Amino acid sequence: MDQNELHSHISQQFDAELNDIRSRVLEMGGFVEQQLSNAIHSLAENDSELAELVVSSDYKVNAMEVGIDEECVQILARRQPAASDLRLVIAAIKTITDLERIGDEAERIGRMAVHLAERPTSRKHKSPLADIEHLGEHVRRMLHNALDSFARLDVDLAVNVAHEDRKVDQEYEGLMRQLITFMMEDPRSIPYALDIMWSARALERIGDRSCNICEYVIYLVRGKDVRHVSLEQMELEARSKTSGTH
Amino acid sequence: MENTSLPPRVHTLNQTKAAPMDQSQPPTHGFDMSSALGRTEERALDNERICLEVKDLNLYYGEKQALANINMVIPEKRVTAFIGPSGCGKSTLLRCFNRMNDLIDIVRTEGSIALHGEDIFRRRVDVAELRRRIGMVFQKPNPFPKSIYENVAYGLRLQGINDRRVLDEAVEMALKRSALWDEVKDRLNENALGMSGGQQQRLVIARAVAIEPEVLLLDEPASALDPISTLKIEELIYELKENFTIVIVTHNMQQAARVSDYTAFMYLGELIEYKNTNTLFTNPSNKQTEDYITGRYG
Repeated sequence: MDQNELHSHISQQFDAELNDIRSRVLEMGGFVEQQLSNAIHSLAENDSELAELVVSSDYKVNAMEVGIDEECVQILARRQPAASDLRLVIAAIKTITDLERIGDEAERIGRMAVHLAERPTSRKHKSPLADIEHLGEHVRRMLHNALDSFARLDVDLAVNVAHEDRKVDQEYEGLMRQLITFMMEDPRSIPYALDIMWSARALERIGDRSCNICEYVIYLVRGKDVRHVSLEQMELEARSKTSGTH
Repeated sequence: MENTSLPPRVHTLNQTKAAPMDQSQPPTHGFDMSSALGRTEERALDNERICLEVKDLNLYYGEKQALANINMVIPEKRVTAFIGPSGCGKSTLLRCFNRMNDLIDIVRTEGSIALHGEDIFRRRVDVAELRRRIGMVFQKPNPFPKSIYENVAYGLRLQGINDRRVLDEAVEMALKRSALWDEVKDRLNENALGMSGGQQQRLVIARAVAIEPEVLLLDEPASALDPISTLKIEELIYELKENFTIVIVTHNMQQAARVSDYTAFMYLGELIEYKNTNTLFTNPSNKQTEDYITGRYG
């Protein structure tokens, strides 16, 4: 499967429908990325106004998911897509499910940011906030690259994102340890640390979901199901050229 | 509950409990991880019993080559579908299996086709007997202008079977296998030409099935039928593969995807890709196959 295959059906209407699904998934991805970016920013800068905006915009993500789902169902029913077309529709359905959950996590971070902004003591500890901003930026880049790999059908980029997830996990572990130390040193910081912890947890989950999207990209391009396999195995499948259309 | 049924049950309980420890394997809790991951075993041609084997088959209509170097096996008691654009040679190949191409003077074939190991192209093969073992159904229903009963009994009568009891039984059996019995059992003596197209096609299949062939060749069996009759034929095909090896030529790709276990894609007289239907329709390895099944064929 490659880019120019998206425009070569005998039925041009079918071409248009598949293209529409692709661009709508990317549009949704772009919006979710914006939500995530706003959520991280509001958390780091104590910007409760921006955080409120993230929370109140989540319904748009949900609406996009429902709309794309509906279009996919219609294509399945009316066109009986096969091979790479079928995989595109399936990958789109799965990708938007993960995108919607990423949107939920961003909303969760937004709520935490509102919460944190209300806390009078919240400016006392600067360091975990800087760390979480760093983690957030890392995760946002993962999501961005995952969407890029979907847009360009780039399996190499998809594999790279999966590699990044290990680093994110390590960063998350480090942050956890740091927060535990804070809580032990000063029990009064526990409510605050817990909010940070929940936000970090949400970010870590977003990293996992970005990885899922990359797995769908490999499925779409190579026809290989790489869920629940080791990273090495995933890399091997991604590099193998068994989908003979290349 | 009888007392006698208790001891063995306790015994098996003990056995299953003891087994993992004895073999010092981790307990699996009866949970098979590989199947849970959905990596189901795909049907593979290598694991099938072979019914027909085609080797280096070339076929020419006069100067024009219609089949080029076909090598394939048709698995026993499975449905194998041939797909491909018009003129790709799929019907020609199908007709080779019971030597229907012999009827065309200008046809010349090279290579071999073996039915259970016996080459069907050899001179001393009795073609009538071959066609009894390998039956064929065509695109248009072609019942004889006789009663429904006589249509189905026709092949048996040809074999010299005239015992009414044997015929009755065979006719009923064939009509049941063709999912037609309930519709026609009260009017077996009516003329077959009064039936609907879908019924006629199932009658023709019953006629083919009545003489207990090993292989059924179906050449576009549903393309002249309405959608519901088509589905009935497809359901019938699914049931018939219990007892027969089925080879079907179809222009309808979704039909091939629905009914077949294996699919062969042909193009310009060549066999391009031949594999398990699931794989062919989700992840074909050949570009031409992919273009054809996704409707990109120019």
